[in-house]
Amino acid sequence: MITTSGLTKIYRSGGREVTAIDGVDLHVREGEVFGVIGQSGAGKSSLIRCVNLLERPTSGTVTVDGQDLTALAGRGPRASKALRQARSRIGMVFQHFNLLSSRTVQENVELPLEILGRSGRERSAKALELLDLVGLADKAKAYPAQLSGGQKQRVGIARALAGDPKVLLSDEATSALDPETTRSILQLLRDLNRQLGLTVLLITHEMDVVKTVCDSAALMERGRVVESGTVGELLATPGSQLAAALFPVGGDPSGPAGTVLDITFHGESTGRPVISQLARNYNVDVSILGAAVDTVGGAQIGRMRIELPGRYEDNVVPVGFLREQGLQVELVDPDEEAVDPDEEAVVNAKAVVNAKEVTK
Amino acid sequence: MTWSEMQPLLSQASWDTLYMVGWSTLIAIVGGLPLGVLLVLTDRGGLLQNVVANKVIGQVVNIARSLPFIILMVALMSFTRLITGTTIGRDAAIVPLAIGAIPFFARLVETAVREVDHGLVEAVQAMGGNTWTIVRKVLVPEALPSLISSATTTVVALIGYSAMAGTVGAGGLGDIAIRYGYQRFETGLMWVTVAVLAVVIALIQFAGDAGARALHRRGGRGGPAPRLRLLKAKEPDTATATDAAGIRRTA
Ligand SMILES: Nc1ncnc2c1ncn2[C@@H]1O[C@H](COP(=O)(O)OP(=O)(O)OP(=O)(O)O)[C@@H](O)[C@H]1O
Ligand SMILES: [Mg+2]
Repeated sequence: MITTSGLTKIYRSGGREVTAIDGVDLHVREGEVFGVIGQSGAGKSSLIRCVNLLERPTSGTVTVDGQDLTALAGRGPRASKALRQARSRIGMVFQHFNLLSSRTVQENVELPLEILGRSGRERSAKALELLDLVGLADKAKAYPAQLSGGQKQRVGIARALAGDPKVLLSDEATSALDPETTRSILQLLRDLNRQLGLTVLLITHEMDVVKTVCDSAALMERGRVVESGTVGELLATPGSQLAAALFPVGGDPSGPAGTVLDITFHGESTGRPVISQLARNYNVDVSILGAAVDTVGGAQIGRMRIELPGRYEDNVVPVGFLREQGLQVELVDPDEEAVDPDEEAVVNAKAVVNAKEVTK
Repeated sequence: MTWSEMQPLLSQASWDTLYMVGWSTLIAIVGGLPLGVLLVLTDRGGLLQNVVANKVIGQVVNIARSLPFIILMVALMSFTRLITGTTIGRDAAIVPLAIGAIPFFARLVETAVREVDHGLVEAVQAMGGNTWTIVRKVLVPEALPSLISSATTTVVALIGYSAMAGTVGAGGLGDIAIRYGYQRFETGLMWVTVAVLAVVIALIQFAGDAGARALHRRGGRGGPAPRLRLLKAKEPDTATATDAAGIRRTA
């Protein structure tokens, strides 16, 4: 539904050049919720703004619903008619809602329809229908200033849907909201995605958002996509930073002598007594440092961090056994995690997720 | 001079002032609003970025604003005659008043429009709106409370300028204050004129503030209207005053 190829954006200001996006190839399939995550300054906003050409990419192409938008003339404000029409078929929601304070809720939702030149009766019927859909039918005559953040974002979503778009772009739509409201907005996005078959590309810096609603995800670092795929694929990828951040397992090893392993269970392997078999068959003492079972992207998944006595070389056979059982096994090097600067993003993301877990 | 002598003079003068200020305000708004919006649009990073046009408009506005009104009036004599057929009287005074007020109002409009959140512009662009749509549906309506305050400021400034219009025989409140109060030592009439002017200005300011505040309350974005902010700034003073009173009481 959305395809970018070789997308590059270089900002030039006062002789300095900033490469905000650096050759991004992204593919968002029809009807999925795709999350882009990354640290501040990674280029996420630049990427999403290039998708509807609010920002003209320096090079590369953007195709939305089969139409090459980069081929249409005009940039930013001076967009050609064709580009403006294409934009009206792409909905966008914003972190700070961007509702007009001079208009009522209903008038805000009607704005895109005014731009499309619809009649007054058609506009108000559509606006009321959309407000009903987002659960704000009773606020039609209120002004944005009289609404809570979550309600404002619902209006923002209703407005984005007014032109019957097939694609919804969302740049940190929940970042200004509290956790409870965030959940309800994400649920709404998920419902709309299911009910209307809407394709959603969302930007976030919260792992929780990806975990709750996304079918697929991509991790951005310094303008590049370093990992991407469906959540299932990511979890099955050894060493995936996204997978580790999506589903972290904690637990410190008892000492430097042992071998620490992270084990991921998918699907039917979740139910088998693998660990007790391991202990019995190889006569090893298995210490469980941390474990969790969760639903990620709609699938049951389990993760466990265990410690076996002795060095890794001494444990090749038990590790082989675990792999034979269809489990994903990764060696945890206790030093590496803290040192490697590339892992910083994940460590931060983990910290966020862990902090959430604690507050729950 | 008795009240019955002053009364016809005052009512004629008030009417003249109202006439001159009313028309020139109208023209200033019609001319200054597009000019102010254009100053924002043509600026660097604006929707119609055009550095040359921006510089030219900006310079013209600055020069027109820096000229003292009395000089502007003289400089515009031939232009005034071209438009009104005369260089004296109420109608002739409207021309320099309006031309002086257009750049004044345009700068205020520029400031007001610049304060509109760029996110709103972006939202309308994302909906497929063009520049004209953005001006009509975002920039002007969202800046409206500030624009009303700007118009109020312009009216008050025009009342001041119109006092000098007496020099071209246009009449008005300022004119009788000068002619009777200064030249004929009718101090009584002068003070009455001053009082009338003060009341008129206070009423205009009050109406403008009330209008701006009503729109602001509805919109409720970007903090209180300018007047309220003034009151807020004074709050610490009243607090220290009450503190002082408290100390005195306990002492
Ligand atoms: N208009 C601009 N002009 C110049 N540089 C810009 C502009 N917009 C973004 N940048 C730069 O591009 C880089 C990427 O910015 P971007 O806003 O896309 O990051 P982000 O991932 O959305 O960050 P955040 O999570 O903080 O929103 C940053 O280094 C930023 O400074
Ligand atoms: Mg951003």
